[in-house]
Amino acid sequence: MTEHLLQVSSLNKHFGGIYATDDVNLAVEQGKIHAIIGPNGAGKTTLLAQLSGQIKPDSGDIEFGGKSIIHYSMARRAREGLARSFQITSVVMPMTLLQNVMLAVQGTGGHSFRFWAPVSDDREMRDAAMASLAEVGLDDRADRVAANVSHGEQRQLEVAMALAMKPRMLLLDEPMAGMGKEEGAMMVEILNRLRGDKTILLVEHDMDAVFSLADKLSVLVDGHIIATDTVEAIRNNLEVQRAYLGDSHA
Amino acid sequence: MGMVPRSVSAWCYAALLAVLALAPFLFEWMEQPFYLDLLSRGLILAIAVISLNLILGYGGMVSLGHAAYIGIGAYCVGIPAYYDLYNGWLHLALALGVSGLFALVTGAVSLRTKGVYFIMITMAFSQMVYFIFLSLEEYGADDGLVIYARSEFPEWMSMDGATSLYYWIFILMLLSLFLINRLVHARFGRVIVGSKFNEPRMQALGFDTYRYRLACYVISAMLCSLAGMLLGNFAGFISPDMISWARSGELIFMVIIGGVASIFGPLIGTLAFVVLEEGLSAITVYWHLIFGIMLVALVLFGKGGIHGWLSMLDRKRVEHD
Amino acid sequence: MDWNLLITQLLNGLQLGLLLFLLASGLTLIFGIMDFINLSHGSFYMIGAYFCGTVVAKTGSFLLGILLGLVGVFVVGALVEWFIARKLYRADHLDHVLVTFGLILIFDTLVHIIWGASGMAIPLPDSLNGQVSIGSLVLPSYRLLIIGCGLLVAGLLYVLVVRTRLGMLIRAGASNRTMVEALGVNINRLFLIVFALGATMAGFAGMLIAPITEASIGMGNDIIIIAFVVVIVGGIGSVKGAFYAAMILGLIDTLSRSYLDLLLNLVMPVTYAETAAPALSAMLVYILMAAVLAFRPQGLFPPAGVK
Repeated sequence: MTEHLLQVSSLNKHFGGIYATDDVNLAVEQGKIHAIIGPNGAGKTTLLAQLSGQIKPDSGDIEFGGKSIIHYSMARRAREGLARSFQITSVVMPMTLLQNVMLAVQGTGGHSFRFWAPVSDDREMRDAAMASLAEVGLDDRADRVAANVSHGEQRQLEVAMALAMKPRMLLLDEPMAGMGKEEGAMMVEILNRLRGDKTILLVEHDMDAVFSLADKLSVLVDGHIIATDTVEAIRNNLEVQRAYLGDSHA
Repeated sequence: MGMVPRSVSAWCYAALLAVLALAPFLFEWMEQPFYLDLLSRGLILAIAVISLNLILGYGGMVSLGHAAYIGIGAYCVGIPAYYDLYNGWLHLALALGVSGLFALVTGAVSLRTKGVYFIMITMAFSQMVYFIFLSLEEYGADDGLVIYARSEFPEWMSMDGATSLYYWIFILMLLSLFLINRLVHARFGRVIVGSKFNEPRMQALGFDTYRYRLACYVISAMLCSLAGMLLGNFAGFISPDMISWARSGELIFMVIIGGVASIFGPLIGTLAFVVLEEGLSAITVYWHLIFGIMLVALVLFGKGGIHGWLSMLDRKRVEHD
Repeated sequence: MDWNLLITQLLNGLQLGLLLFLLASGLTLIFGIMDFINLSHGSFYMIGAYFCGTVVAKTGSFLLGILLGLVGVFVVGALVEWFIARKLYRADHLDHVLVTFGLILIFDTLVHIIWGASGMAIPLPDSLNGQVSIGSLVLPSYRLLIIGCGLLVAGLLYVLVVRTRLGMLIRAGASNRTMVEALGVNINRLFLIVFALGATMAGFAGMLIAPITEASIGMGNDIIIIAFVVVIVGGIGSVKGAFYAAMILGLIDTLSRSYLDLLLNLVMPVTYAETAAPALSAMLVYILMAAVLAFRPQGLFPPAGVK
């Protein structure tokens, strides 16, 4: 039996009459890249929001590393090692890239009720942050203000921040959203380098990227997972083609 | 901040601090003792404004009730004095303790909310303090309370005499500046500033932002109560009027003219406000009208306050270099 | 127990509640629809009183004073919206606080310049100055008129909000602003009307109270805070919430001032009760607000769709 880092069982969430998440069961293996695909409005972001603790599910359970985290706050889950990036770029715009990543490092280092020592003098934190920036290829722009770098670089910063948290698992919400071809290719390369090292749950629209990255795929339609399998098998799955690929690849 | 000023604004601030440090001698030499009074009041307010800037400027928590903490600090001198208790340490401990406790309770409620709610709730709580003191007949209600002697401290740090009190105020103001400067550049400050701009992100990074903001609110309130304690000693008279929400509004105004989220902004803003108030009220009884127009104009047209303008000089200089 | 006193106090509470409602209904709509925090809403209350008083002094007609006063406040409200508020709807709340704080200073000083520092008494016509007696109960007829007018305006507002197209837009705007914009409604005009109507209702409240208290500078600056509390307790953007909250707070505030010392007497000696009662009744409204926030941060009756 393989080890599952994240185990979601019978998760439900509805808004009014709409089932955004409908009896979702999902298991993500340690060290693998697991992608979730599905048409617009299938409830991918809602699912991710429940995993990260931003939205409370109506019922069901989420186990992470063998223990239930369903009652943990977003911050607590982050400290447990479940890091997320946001679909809409969400960094601290007026801070520099380095300061942003240092915040992420700071989040891993115990409480921050430290009132006296300047953060900028903290070599250890700085080095850790620079290492994360280097992982996504932003180390040469560390002192640029986040608001002033390109959209693609902000997306990379998102990933660097998630990495800097030294997470056991990354929840990436459309890391390639709004990126050009070149930037997208770069992101694929970054994620590929993390393979085996980090467990990743990836929500992404870019099919080529998903097919080249994912070890496993789940297809989400109307809040329900209709299939979970290897990339090859999903490609050949008729139901999936009808429900999803049929529309966009016709 | 290095020891040698490196920019136009830094030179201005260094010069300002030097003048403030020598002010009692300066005014004595000019034979203008009244100016020392004015400056003392200005620096007391500056402490309150520095404390407000911590939550408002750095933390993005727009409190419209900060004058309550000035009032609490002042009454923590006034009420013991009413019972002939003049021990300064007692006053100090009371001011810090009561304001901290009040901030902890009201902050715990207010910080559960955001934006408009937070503004209105802080205002409502300060109004509550206002009405409590207004209804306490024993302590003078709306007539206020006269404090006949200053808080008593050991000889070498006595508050008696205008110059001694001025140095009390000046040193506490300096300490406040220093404290805030350390705070905002430390881990704690980073969390506070990060939460101002992007709270969900900070939570996703593992920070329980609510706790940090609450701690920040309490620190700010306690610092502000020091201003109240000094004001009670300086004025020798306290009344609920110190707490009315117009006072809180003025504090915000001073933060804004100085320039939010800068270390020296609040000091500059407060001094500008006090000088303007003094100057304008000497010219016309309708000086509030000019203040009102300035406020509206500042929001519609001005950006960054005085600190912002000085920084613009810095940037220009850098471009010319 | 003095039942006549109780009834009088209940009516006083009702009167305060209705005045609060007139202030808070405008505030809550301006918050809910424009997301604009207007500290100077109390200035409209003051301006209404002065406009009315001036007309009454010139013409001797109270009715004319009210009518012209309403028009005047509507115009002032519209001007403030047009020249200032409109430019700031998308700005930071801090900007709203600063600008409207500035407006308070401007309005207060202008009133000082125009009408002088002392207050302005507004004489009532004899027809309203009398008393109505029911059994042994004697009530001033003007207070009954205030209550009647308050209820009438509340009713009219209800019809406006629930039955008319404008009301439909207002309700939609309070719960989902983007949708209204998407409908292609002239959003600028909607905002102008809501703002000016809110100002007019505040002005009306000021006119109603002025014959009792007289018009004075800054008269709106204290009551507006309780109106803010009403808005919070009722739920931002909810006229219905504002109504119930205003009634509850009006009654609590009035009754606690007269009866709290009696209540406290039951649990503590008279001397303590007499000291504690005023302080406690001053806090009661705010304690209630804190309690509501602790359990229902969105208020008691948030507009539909607001979670």
